[in-house]
Amino acid sequence: MIDFVNQYLIPALVLGGIYALGAIGVSMIYAILRFAHFAHGDLMATGAYIGLLVVWVLDATPLAELSVNVRLLIGLPAAFAGTAAVAILIDRLFYRPFRRARSMIVVVIASFGVALMLRSLVQLFFGVDVINYADGIQFPLKMFQPLRILERHIYIVVVTIALMLILHWFLTRTRTGKAMRAMSDDADLARVSGIDTERVVIWTWILGAGLVAVAGVFLGMDTRLVPTMGWDLLLPVFAAAILGGLGQPYGAIAGGLIIGAMEELSTYPWVGDGPLVPPDYKTAVAFAVMVLMLIFRPRGIFRGRVL
Amino acid sequence: MELYGLFLFAVGFLTMAMIYAVGSLGVNINWGFTGLFNVGVAGFFAVGAYSSAVLTAPESVNHIGGFGLPVPVGILAAMVLAALVAWPIGRICLRLRSDYLAIATIGIAEILRLSFRNYQPLGGGPFGVNNIPRPFESLPGPWDQIAFLLLVVAIVGVILFLVQRAWAAPWGRVLRAIRENEDAAEAAGKNVEKFRLQAFILGSALMGLFGALMAHYVKIISPEGTEPLLVTFLPWVMLIVGGAGNNKGAVLGAILVWGLWTMTELLTGRLPDEWALRVGYLRIFLIGLLLQVVLQKFPGGLLPERPPTVPRD
Repeated sequence: MIDFVNQYLIPALVLGGIYALGAIGVSMIYAILRFAHFAHGDLMATGAYIGLLVVWVLDATPLAELSVNVRLLIGLPAAFAGTAAVAILIDRLFYRPFRRARSMIVVVIASFGVALMLRSLVQLFFGVDVINYADGIQFPLKMFQPLRILERHIYIVVVTIALMLILHWFLTRTRTGKAMRAMSDDADLARVSGIDTERVVIWTWILGAGLVAVAGVFLGMDTRLVPTMGWDLLLPVFAAAILGGLGQPYGAIAGGLIIGAMEELSTYPWVGDGPLVPPDYKTAVAFAVMVLMLIFRPRGIFRGRVL
Repeated sequence: MELYGLFLFAVGFLTMAMIYAVGSLGVNINWGFTGLFNVGVAGFFAVGAYSSAVLTAPESVNHIGGFGLPVPVGILAAMVLAALVAWPIGRICLRLRSDYLAIATIGIAEILRLSFRNYQPLGGGPFGVNNIPRPFESLPGPWDQIAFLLLVVAIVGVILFLVQRAWAAPWGRVLRAIRENEDAAEAAGKNVEKFRLQAFILGSALMGLFGALMAHYVKIISPEGTEPLLVTFLPWVMLIVGGAGNNKGAVLGAILVWGLWTMTELLTGRLPDEWALRVGYLRIFLIGLLLQVVLQKFPGGLLPERPPTVPRD
């Protein structure tokens, strides 16, 4: 039983949190800008590699004494802000010209191009090889015997929960957050009531790109960095956003946790001795869930009010 | 000698461009004609490439096979199997709205690619299928290359003729009507679902043919060969650059974009190895940038679609 918690449940929670941080952005961008943002995975990779830069920079300072995980936590604001800036720039150059377009599908095509441009820049500057934030094996802390938790898993879960609470506060208590919800409900109505829609758009990118950058750093912390990590993450993140109902940040959080749990728990030997789904096909679980959701319940499990 | 090398290079270049033109024409039937946002080209490409490869390649310990069928049979089977795979997918997914359809097709393509990579008997898993026969390869000297190029040009010519006829025919008109306004087409008594499914299957069959031709040309198909960047994204960019909805545009776009792709390779080939590999990624950046410029400055592509004009009185 405790093995189940150590080896399946905690990794499921960590992966679910990472998916959730990505899915919030996909969901909000869909609600406010009305298009499926296919470059979101590569924004995540951008964040992860900014994290790597921070680790390298801190190596040259007295802070190099600290463990890599702690250095990455220090680097989170940089990854958040850097990726948000990149996203705002991309929006200016490649998405805003189509803001008044009759069909938003042209922006979706543009976002495919942006995804590849971002990925090629990562490959240009960091090469194509797998990079780890830190070498060597990290041993689990035996904090609450017999529970064995990795130090990094504690950081990931705590920071993810904190970010979600801040997001909740932002959306419900601040003027900008309320404006975002208004615009996602009805963009025209929001505009005529004097909401500065371009400002809302900028905040959408700050939150969406910033959160996915944090997800990228966490994924790199938990696994490794490769330039294609964004593409690999894109589908589970979309699956999470769709499962939770596009346009609903809270739904996206739930969707992320569900997809993460399904992927990890699908390899548990529920029936017989072998894993239920061979680990090679683990990622197919998310795609399958997503396709089934799209077909049978395209509005997700949380319908109700939008955003 | 220099001239001869250049000639061989041109033959190889045109062969690849024509193979890509088949993929681009497939995307055109989906997106250009009907407005179906199918971003799962890689999946149908893989089905076509692996079917034809397994049916025609010699026996191997890595995968089922040893059928040793003639290449034309393999190519036909590739189209039929890609169409058969597309049929249930289309039945289920085509009622989705465009960006949902994009996500669903990407997901299905990834599942197909994952199966080919992990289920070894199907296509040799990570090893792929090797020694795929290429038509005319027994001819001497450059003639094997030239004969294959002529074959591919002939195939593109036949497809171009047929899809152009289809585009101008009432069938093509209904597809355009569905693309422009689905409700209006429905109200005019057209069975929208049926037409969309036909366009989806036909486009997917061409994507399967695209895969089969590529497999026979490069003689090997492995999971890396079905990388979405190369087989989904490039045909899409080719179509958009050439002009979505215009069949000749799809072919022109294939030649231009493959030209840009090859030219950047020539330039980076002169750099030291370590840098060549990295700067090689700049060309992906350039292709992405080209797409953005075309989308913003030439929304219709270089050869915009010109629907047959209806005489007014």
